[in-house]
Amino acid sequence: MKKIMVLALAFSAGFSIMCFELLGGRMLAPFFGSSVYVWGSIITIFMLALSIGYLAGGKFSLYRPNCSRFAGLFILAALSLLPAIFYSEAIFNFVFEQIEDPRYGSLLASLFVFFIPGIILGMVAPYSVRILTQSADSSGYIAGFLYFVSTLGSAIGTIMTSFYLVLWLEINQILWLTFSILFTGGILAFLIDRFSSAKAIKLNH
Amino acid sequence: MLNSFIFNRIFFVMLQIIILQSFSFSVQAKQIHKERSIYRNIVLLEKDNVRCMSFETRKIKPAYQACIDLVEPERLLFEYTQGLLAGYAINPEPERILIIGLGGGTMPRIMHKIYQRSEIISVEIDPVVVKLAKQYFRYQENDKVKTVIKDGRVFVKRALLKKEKFDWIILDAFNGDYIPEHLMTREFLSEVKGLLKTGGILSSNTFSNSRLFDHESVTYQSVFGKLHIFQTPTKGNRVIFACNCQTFNQFPLIESKLQKQFELFDVDLNSVRQRITDEISWDQTSRVLTDQYSPANLLKR
Repeated sequence: MKKIMVLALAFSAGFSIMCFELLGGRMLAPFFGSSVYVWGSIITIFMLALSIGYLAGGKFSLYRPNCSRFAGLFILAALSLLPAIFYSEAIFNFVFEQIEDPRYGSLLASLFVFFIPGIILGMVAPYSVRILTQSADSSGYIAGFLYFVSTLGSAIGTIMTSFYLVLWLEINQILWLTFSILFTGGILAFLIDRFSSAKAIKLNH
Repeated sequence: MLNSFIFNRIFFVMLQIIILQSFSFSVQAKQIHKERSIYRNIVLLEKDNVRCMSFETRKIKPAYQACIDLVEPERLLFEYTQGLLAGYAINPEPERILIIGLGGGTMPRIMHKIYQRSEIISVEIDPVVVKLAKQYFRYQENDKVKTVIKDGRVFVKRALLKKEKFDWIILDAFNGDYIPEHLMTREFLSEVKGLLKTGGILSSNTFSNSRLFDHESVTYQSVFGKLHIFQTPTKGNRVIFACNCQTFNQFPLIESKLQKQFELFDVDLNSVRQRITDEISWDQTSRVLTDQYSPANLLKR
């Protein structure tokens, strides 16, 4: 049960990252255009955020790792999307007025809106490895399998967003969709964890 | 009456010649130059004294960004460029013109000839396109003809901040294979409208086929209300005319002075005018394109 839950969450984290990244291009275009450097800014910020996220997630996994904390990461990730939904336009507008060069404008705008969610979603990968790993022998296998699942999620998030979601929904609706996936995932994981630990305590008694 | 009939005949025969030429063009045209930009490879092709600019593609019939007749460089080889010029019927002496999408610079070059006092600012995203326009398509800058290298949307937003105004805005950024989706939304068109003086006009070269046609039309309608459309006789594009005015019920007829003036450029404005209609031929219940919803490239399929 725990294993399936962690894998499902890793999948949805991968899905959300790429969905969000692709939407980033559409969110920035009205202010900074859709030139290569706008995409350059977005990818730079996401990669930077993920790298810091991996580092932070690994560090975080050293202190009493458990599923509730893992679930908390998802709720936090979901909440970190809210500024993108409510304030991205105001933020982009502000940056647009301050910075003339669209290269640095888009870089700074990306930093403000995509950086924090990127870091939190990046923390998921090492943390999920820690939760599922039971021995040093199997750690490589577990890590590989988790990367497989989360990157598969990224692939599906990319194709779904760029081929279909933008055709069916508005950008903010898609952001709300990612929000709900992450939020519900987090809540469910939290409940499952509480339920199973309650059962474990009962058994011990 | 008979006169205009004959004119029409000549116009269409000429068009047919042009079409036949362009068909054979792609088959045997010789590549004379190729240049790389940050966006793509740009190739220059030449045949029978016609030189064209095209974005490199594996397609057998590539879309031409610009063409010039090397013997008669003033000739307008594209149907839609002739359509765009009908805007002079509304304002024959525009002070400030903004062109988004330079191509070979044919429009600013010809428009500078037509009315020299116009200040013509062209916005082009690709610096290499500007360079090639100057080197191979006789595009020249001077104190009235200027070029800005920028994304069209970014230019428009900045110009709004600076409270700039234009008499005429020409949108010509849609003749490639990829549509810049942020230049086709209600928000963008509202910004463009904000740059127009009262009574200023917008003419936009766009598509007339695929599902996008309906979405695009209602989007323009949602911002400008009344539209007049020039449908090209043989190609899949059209020119949308819109106006920042209270009413735009009539597209003016071509005065004989204007008609004469354009004969110098081999353009029969009367025939163009006759193809302009305010008929609504699209599905008005289609979804408007916005910054939140703009899958133009997916709708084009």
